[in-house]
Amino acid sequence: MNTELSIEQIEQNFAEINPRLSQAEAVFEANRCLYCYDAPCARACPTHIDVPSFIKKIASGNLLGSARVIFDANPIGASCARVCPVEVLCEGACVEKTLMAKPIEIGRLQRYATDFAVENNKQIFQKGAANGRSVGIIGSGPAGLSCAAYLARLGYDVTIYERKPLAGGLDTYGMAEYKMPQKTSLDEVKLVESLGVKFRLNCEIAVIPQPPALAEMLDESAAKLEAFPAKEENDNDLLKKHDAVFLAVGLGETNKLNLAGENLEGVMDALHFIEQIKTRDWQSVPLGNTVAVIGAGNTAIDAVTQAKRLGAERVLLVYRRTEKDAPAYDYEIELAKKDGIEFVWQTAPLEIVGNGKVSGLKCRKADGSEVEIACDMVIKAIGQTKQTGFFQAVGIETDEKGRVVVNELKQTSNPKIFAGGDCVNGGAEAVDASQAGKLAAQGIHFSLTGEAVKFAGSE
Amino acid sequence: MADLSVNFAGIKSPNPFWLASAPPTNMGSMIERAFDAGWGGAVWKTLGEPIVNVSSRLASLDNGALRMIGLNNIELITDRPLEVNLREMYECKKKYPNNAVIASLMVESKREAWHEIVKRTQDTGCDGFELNFGCPHGMSERGMGAAMGQVPEYTCMVTEWVKEVSNLPVIVKLTPNVTHIVPPGRAAQKGGADAVSLINTINSVMGVDIDTMIPYPNVNGMAAHGGYCGTAVKPIALNMVSELARDAEFNIPISGIGGINTWRDAVEFLLLGAGTVQVCTAVMHYGYRIVEDMIDGLNNYLDEKGFASVNEIIGKSVNRVTDWGNLDLNYKVVARVNPEKCIKCNLCYVACEDGAHQCFHFDENKFPYVDEAECVGCNLCTLVCPSPGAVEMVRLDDGSNPQSWKERTII
Repeated sequence: MNTELSIEQIEQNFAEINPRLSQAEAVFEANRCLYCYDAPCARACPTHIDVPSFIKKIASGNLLGSARVIFDANPIGASCARVCPVEVLCEGACVEKTLMAKPIEIGRLQRYATDFAVENNKQIFQKGAANGRSVGIIGSGPAGLSCAAYLARLGYDVTIYERKPLAGGLDTYGMAEYKMPQKTSLDEVKLVESLGVKFRLNCEIAVIPQPPALAEMLDESAAKLEAFPAKEENDNDLLKKHDAVFLAVGLGETNKLNLAGENLEGVMDALHFIEQIKTRDWQSVPLGNTVAVIGAGNTAIDAVTQAKRLGAERVLLVYRRTEKDAPAYDYEIELAKKDGIEFVWQTAPLEIVGNGKVSGLKCRKADGSEVEIACDMVIKAIGQTKQTGFFQAVGIETDEKGRVVVNELKQTSNPKIFAGGDCVNGGAEAVDASQAGKLAAQGIHFSLTGEAVKFAGSE
Repeated sequence: MADLSVNFAGIKSPNPFWLASAPPTNMGSMIERAFDAGWGGAVWKTLGEPIVNVSSRLASLDNGALRMIGLNNIELITDRPLEVNLREMYECKKKYPNNAVIASLMVESKREAWHEIVKRTQDTGCDGFELNFGCPHGMSERGMGAAMGQVPEYTCMVTEWVKEVSNLPVIVKLTPNVTHIVPPGRAAQKGGADAVSLINTINSVMGVDIDTMIPYPNVNGMAAHGGYCGTAVKPIALNMVSELARDAEFNIPISGIGGINTWRDAVEFLLLGAGTVQVCTAVMHYGYRIVEDMIDGLNNYLDEKGFASVNEIIGKSVNRVTDWGNLDLNYKVVARVNPEKCIKCNLCYVACEDGAHQCFHFDENKFPYVDEAECVGCNLCTLVCPSPGAVEMVRLDDGSNPQSWKERTII
């Protein structure tokens, strides 16, 4: 089934929870900032945006300069303004939180400044003079976009390969719609594109093994990456085509529950559910009357809140451990509570019950008793797999958790291949991936030229 | 409840809070509403030959989100017929016999003109005169206002003319647009003034619209300098009031004006020698109602400090103002950080590093601390610190006797 709510009601339910500040609000809030020196907020930001600087520029009416400070340290600063967990990053560190128990609204001020630049089509950075070198980036999510932006500013010929029809990765496909609409992410992609970065969309990357003998003869890695569909004949081997390759491939599919009934109609994984909502074609999104979401991470919260906002009558979050153990941020759990989500703690799913279609979720409670939760939709939000098989095929080293191992230059065990973002850190925030892309751009540049550059907020 | 009533140079007022001669005292009905709100007195918008005003007339200095910390105006004296003002003054005084009604006057620099307006005005029953020798814009171009106050001989002369016919106390309102306030103050006294009031507004250009490149306030593409007042001028006013109050030759009452918003501001003026205070900008911003907290706050302050009457605090800080050469060179304070209250904004650090004497360092927990051997005791860190009590100045007493520069140079 699908939603029964009116389009107007759903649009209202999905209105941005942090709307843009008015000019009066922005100037007032910007003036409230103390302009700390060596500010805790900037230190807390993974991309180390010079927060007091961009805020004071809002106060002085220099919005272009403010946006420049933000995008200089974080090419996806408009997305991060909306989706960052500011409560535990910049705003959590704000001294006004200590002094007045009311931190400066840094995220919303960042949005105010970046909105100005995006909506007025301000070209903040220019592509650098061509340096004759080329870099291929696999994945157009936060890490890939960030790395591409910095390399383009240095004069690299950058191509991003993306298997989806739209660029932006999880910023485009995976963010709760009430936090950020897809357009914000796509606008940011355009900013990167304006630096001359080429995007190859709908482009799968395959690993073609080479005969070991040939590999030895050529003194190349044992595998080559190949991009499909081929546009240029015989010029599809990324490792030959580019001077360096940056892997920003993120994580893989949602983990399997490995429970009976997992293939019943009405079982969905959270990422697919969220991705469908991103189209804002509300009535085509599959939705049950009673939705049980398994997992208690931030993605599980995005799933329960959006299922509810779409019009599910009853939404439950089922988690095998306690609320204290839940990986989701406290403020996310609070949001879900406000949305009327029922939390079923210390309850481990045993089996998805149904005859062709989901009719219930059988679980074991902490006391050992079994319970069946009647529901007609089950959403899995228990984390994503690592793309370990791909990395092994490429022939680069991974750690025991399946994450790509990199050195301080963000270089993998293959000196031509660099990596960053979720595939290296195992899954973190978009802002962490953005920083990884920045550091990888520095590492790639140093590796290819011997020149050490430092972008804003690189340390 | 302390007694707030004052007798200022013979003018009785239920409290020391007067409205200054300005737009809030433009007409009888306004002043009557002000008295209802609690104002003790009002100095009527300056009477004289009616003028023609321009529009626009005001411009403001904002500080971040704080509006109007300074105000600038190019409005002239009253634009209403003299007889209308006089009739309303008569009616107002009759209705409010216990409130002080002072007529501000400004006419051309002719003895007969001054004689005539004084005679006509004192028939209204008003309590006194204030001679406007301070208005710095427009009127001064016509030889009036500040053109009088800037030349002590003129100040003395016109005051004498007024005193020749006045039966009422005469207050001379001084302009701050002079290099030294004492000569005009003494000149007013010499001319027979019963009191002075200060400061009038300061010459100012408020700013420029950086899009049109036309300064404020815009009068059809042009601007003229105006008179500056409001919060931002208070320190200048306090200095001038205290300069006169501590001048040995000057001994008539002072009505303090300039940036008074609250009872606290008023107390500061009273402590430095003002016998009444006059308010304008704060009323233009927030209305007559602000006097309620002025009265309430002053009352509570006086009770708290154990004063039975407001008169007991007048001038109490005058002898605490001296010349730099008399200050004790052996007095030593240093800054000290209290980590329990420090929020680690590091504003003390950067202020000291770039604006003072590089005395701040960070401990292993990233708390700033002061090298007391380097600290000169300038106060800057405590001034920039947003967390009350996080940085405090502490006296380091080495037991040496006080010694001033003057004493040291004599030795």
